[in-house]
Amino acid sequence: MTHISMTVDGTRYEDEVEPRLLLIHYLRDHLGLTGTPVGCDTSNCGACTVELDGDSVKSCNVLAVQADGGEVTTVQGLASDGAWTPLQTAFHEQHALQCGYCTPGMIMAARDLLGENPDPTPEEIRHGLEGNLCRCTGYQNIVRAVLAAAAEERRRRAPAPRPAGAGRPDGRPEGAPATAGQEART
Amino acid sequence: MIPAAFDYARPDTLDEAVRTLHDGGEDAKVLAGGQSLIPILRLRLAFPELLVDLGRIPELRGVREDPATGSLVIGAMTTHHDVIHDPLVRRHAGLLAAATETVADPAVRHRGTLGGSLSHADPAGDLPAVLLALDGEMVAVGPRGRRTLPAREFFLDYLRTALAEDEVLVEIRVPRTDGWGFHYEKFSRVAQGWAVVGVAALVRRDDGRVAEARIGLTNMGTTPLRASATEAALAGAGAGPDAVAHAAEAAAEGTRPASDLSATPAYRAHLARVLTRRAVLAAAGTGRR
Ligand SMILES: Cc1cc2nc3c(=O)[nH]c(=O)nc-3n(C[C@H](O)[C@H](O)[C@H](O)COP(=O)(O)OP(=O)(O)OC[C@H]3O[C@@H](n4cnc5c(N)ncnc54)[C@H](O)[C@@H]3O)c2cc1C
Ligand code: FES
Ligand code: FES
Repeated sequence: MTHISMTVDGTRYEDEVEPRLLLIHYLRDHLGLTGTPVGCDTSNCGACTVELDGDSVKSCNVLAVQADGGEVTTVQGLASDGAWTPLQTAFHEQHALQCGYCTPGMIMAARDLLGENPDPTPEEIRHGLEGNLCRCTGYQNIVRAVLAAAAEERRRRAPAPRPAGAGRPDGRPEGAPATAGQEART
Repeated sequence: MIPAAFDYARPDTLDEAVRTLHDGGEDAKVLAGGQSLIPILRLRLAFPELLVDLGRIPELRGVREDPATGSLVIGAMTTHHDVIHDPLVRRHAGLLAAATETVADPAVRHRGTLGGSLSHADPAGDLPAVLLALDGEMVAVGPRGRRTLPAREFFLDYLRTALAEDEVLVEIRVPRTDGWGFHYEKFSRVAQGWAVVGVAALVRRDDGRVAEARIGLTNMGTTPLRASATEAALAGAGAGPDAVAHAAEAAAEGTRPASDLSATPAYRAHLARVLTRRAVLAAAGTGRR
């Protein structure tokens, strides 16, 4: 057994685990955080995507011992005080899911994408989500949802609008680069 | 599936890693990003008794310039993501950055490493052929010291390299290719798919002609290969579509591609010719893209 400690969705955990334990099984079976599903046995589907130390990872392809000392965010840690993030809201409003199995991973991968590229094109979204498979939607509404969330996040980050008539129609202040606010995340 | 049980060591230094690996004998294995090894363990295709995790050895990560030769020195544990975004790699080894962008997907690229891809030596892996085209070198450290192997001598067979069981690949040295055009052309069936065939091309032009071309082939045999006949045909030839198409006809010469669910050997040979033409034209700046 190996001693590990990690922070998951803001809570710190200490445990003794077998080295062969996968991070996804640690989250689901040891911590009871079943919001993140397992969709495959081959590291292909992306359903299990979580954030580890700021980067998206497939949690079925990481050992829990490799995440020792790390900080993990799952889809369950996104909402604060019950308020969804723009991505979660956009997936709901744009019908970006049917069965919903891929959704936790899609949202985590999309979140990583928007962290690197706050104003992606549809093509860039498709590339950014290439590690996440959806058997239901045909991806069209997923791309729409990510575009909508990106717009909403940019709107929230922009300084308070000036009096009517000022600024650009997209809500961004004049001259603001499309890639402003890299540090802020969903 | 759940992997079979193994012991786990996470050394803080390279010396300790080499010692632990050596003491563990043939049942010990290096763990880098785990993006190839963990799937193998989960499918129970391998049963190591000890994994030696290189993830906490800082000196194995990052990119620097060798002041003596100007070559780039890339730590074996540098992730695909970091390779893609490294300013030195982008400026002096653009082919490596471009090819790494085609590897897997963003989440896998956050964990998978350059050293892991090369040590794994999967014939369908994209980066071995790229290092071969770049005339890169692998630096390995083991109980008997340090040695440097040219890429040509590193890849021995299917999933087999010149590394001994107790040797660690520590860095990859890449000569600068400033002024060379480059392109990696990969043919795969699905978005995150492995290459059915891939072609890494570097072209140095002199006026309207090709002064020198270097072409690495992915998945055209049990190891990455150079398309030597095409390279020879291109040296001094015109860089236009006809001359390149003619030279690319020889791209599959001397290769022995496998047959699998994706392609027959004949189809792979066809792909090698087509993709070589596209890659060379793109690298020479004379293609349509
Ligand atoms: C869904 C998916 C899609 C993928 N698609 C592609 C693709 O399109 N193209 C592609 O090229 N790759 C692809 N890969 C593989 C990916 O590039 C891996 O990152 C890479 O093959 C292995 O790197 P790693 O650091 O994860 O190594 P590990 O998985 O940790 O190790 C792989 C092997 O190399 C050995 N090893 C690792 N590092 C060292 C070292 N420094 N010294 C000695 N031995 C070492 C290990 O013992 C092991 O045998 C894909 C992987 C996944 C999961
Ligand atoms: S469950 Fe992790 S990639 Fe499918
Ligand atoms: S909504 Fe069913 S898999 Fe995506």
